[in-house]
Amino acid sequence: MESLRPILEFKNTCVSYTRQTMAVKNVSAQIERNAITAIMGPSGCGKSTLLRAVNLMHNLYPNIRVEGEILLNGENILSMEPINVRRRVGMVFQRPTPFPTMSIYDNVLAGFSLNGIRLSKTDRDATVERCLKSVALWDEVKDVLNKKGTFLSGGQQQRLCIARALAMKPEVLLMDEPTSALDPIATKHIEELLLELHKDVTILIVTHNMGQAKRISSKSMFMYLGELVEYGDTEVLFTNPKDERTKSYLTGKMG
Amino acid sequence: MKDTNIKQRLIGDRLMKFGVCALAMLTAVPLIAIIGEVVMNGYDQLSWSFFTEPTPTAYKAMKAMQSGQPVPGGIANGIVGTMIILGMAIVVAVPVGILCGTYLAEHKTKRFAQAVSYMTDLLQGTPSVIIGIIVYIWVVVPMKSYSAIAGSVALCIMMLPLIVRSTEETLKILPSSLQEAGLALGGNRARVMLKVQLPAAFGGIFTGVLLAISRVIGETAPLMFTALGCSFVRWSIDKPISAVPLLIWEFFNDPNLQNLIWGASLFLLMFVLTLNLQLNILQKNGIIKTNT
Repeated sequence: MESLRPILEFKNTCVSYTRQTMAVKNVSAQIERNAITAIMGPSGCGKSTLLRAVNLMHNLYPNIRVEGEILLNGENILSMEPINVRRRVGMVFQRPTPFPTMSIYDNVLAGFSLNGIRLSKTDRDATVERCLKSVALWDEVKDVLNKKGTFLSGGQQQRLCIARALAMKPEVLLMDEPTSALDPIATKHIEELLLELHKDVTILIVTHNMGQAKRISSKSMFMYLGELVEYGDTEVLFTNPKDERTKSYLTGKMG
Repeated sequence: MKDTNIKQRLIGDRLMKFGVCALAMLTAVPLIAIIGEVVMNGYDQLSWSFFTEPTPTAYKAMKAMQSGQPVPGGIANGIVGTMIILGMAIVVAVPVGILCGTYLAEHKTKRFAQAVSYMTDLLQGTPSVIIGIIVYIWVVVPMKSYSAIAGSVALCIMMLPLIVRSTEETLKILPSSLQEAGLALGGNRARVMLKVQLPAAFGGIFTGVLLAISRVIGETAPLMFTALGCSFVRWSIDKPISAVPLLIWEFFNDPNLQNLIWGASLFLLMFVLTLNLQLNILQKNGIIKTNT
């Protein structure tokens, strides 16, 4: 039953920073389970804002208001405790954010320590190895696990951050332009990694890079000025967009 | 015409450069003069017994001087007193200051936080002698005795704003992505603060604490109203107690003890300078990082 229901559903979701302007206007969409969904659009179109609404990041800033509904397995996120939501919905940011005072090992386990969950030594070792292997970082760092996370290169740091998010076994993984700060080779690694990962976790990724959306996602959203203009199979959206605005964005006339 | 113009400008440039250098040197002169004076006068007073023996009585010192011997005794009572007063002040001021700074950094848009932040600034500008007299009324009068407790309350009040400020400022310059990343993993704000933000801000906070210590360790006025002084080594916290800066003042007022001024001054000066120097070295070597 569960697998038939969309894992995540936006219902008339609105986000506003001030009373006059809405950053996200009445977005409604169903996100498919265990798929990669890309959110595209020009700068300032509200894609990151929409993404950050899903794990209640906006709660940090009292002047931002989120309205409508966002359902996670049928349950409205907006009326849930942020801590419970965020444990089920992981997030990877634009810039790699390893915790600077923690070792690579502790960074992977940060989710547990921040939630006050104690693990036995064998569990910790196993988790670190499993997560670092799942992001293909294990071979590179297995001998330097005690070094600080910031010691790694940018691409490695970003993979460490993905491992850290995966350690909590989230149902949904939000990614806010995870490769925009990385070079092409590191980007390629991350993209390959995402194609591996989506078998176990639903991925919602914001990207500026149309090529990237085309390469990895099965569904795509196109947003413009806070509106969800078009949403559908990536292949259809790229080859045969219905909306004029999508077409002009994809052909580079708008951006 | 053109050539002379350039010559004039070059001369002007040299004059300016010379003037700036000269003035820069002028500011260094007082410090060098102070260190030189204190070292030259205080150097031969330093000995093991200077640190282990308490202040001599005026009578003993007079006797020694009359017979041409060096003044006996030292400043052990002051060192012990300073340690106790400062130690208690640190134990209270550091956690309270860090918590307060954390609150101010986390709720910077709230009215109350802004008011507290402003008051911290005012507290920092309050003359120490006034803090001394207030603590006299608050602590010394009800306890009916001068005490180490009263002294440490005064120093604690003086340290607080520095620690609050350095905590607040350091936390504010941390990238907000750090906090967001912590929260995104499901941590609550307190845990994220404790495990991610405060460790990342450690360098800046530590610097603030050391600066606060080096600022209050030489404070004399507030201790006159609160700790009063004591001529022997005392370990209890509810009785009058001595401190190194208090001793310097006492030595100055007693002609028989004046020889001890320089030794005590040298000790105090060296302590503060070493603290500052150490801080510089730590910062340069990157052991203390104020931000990531």
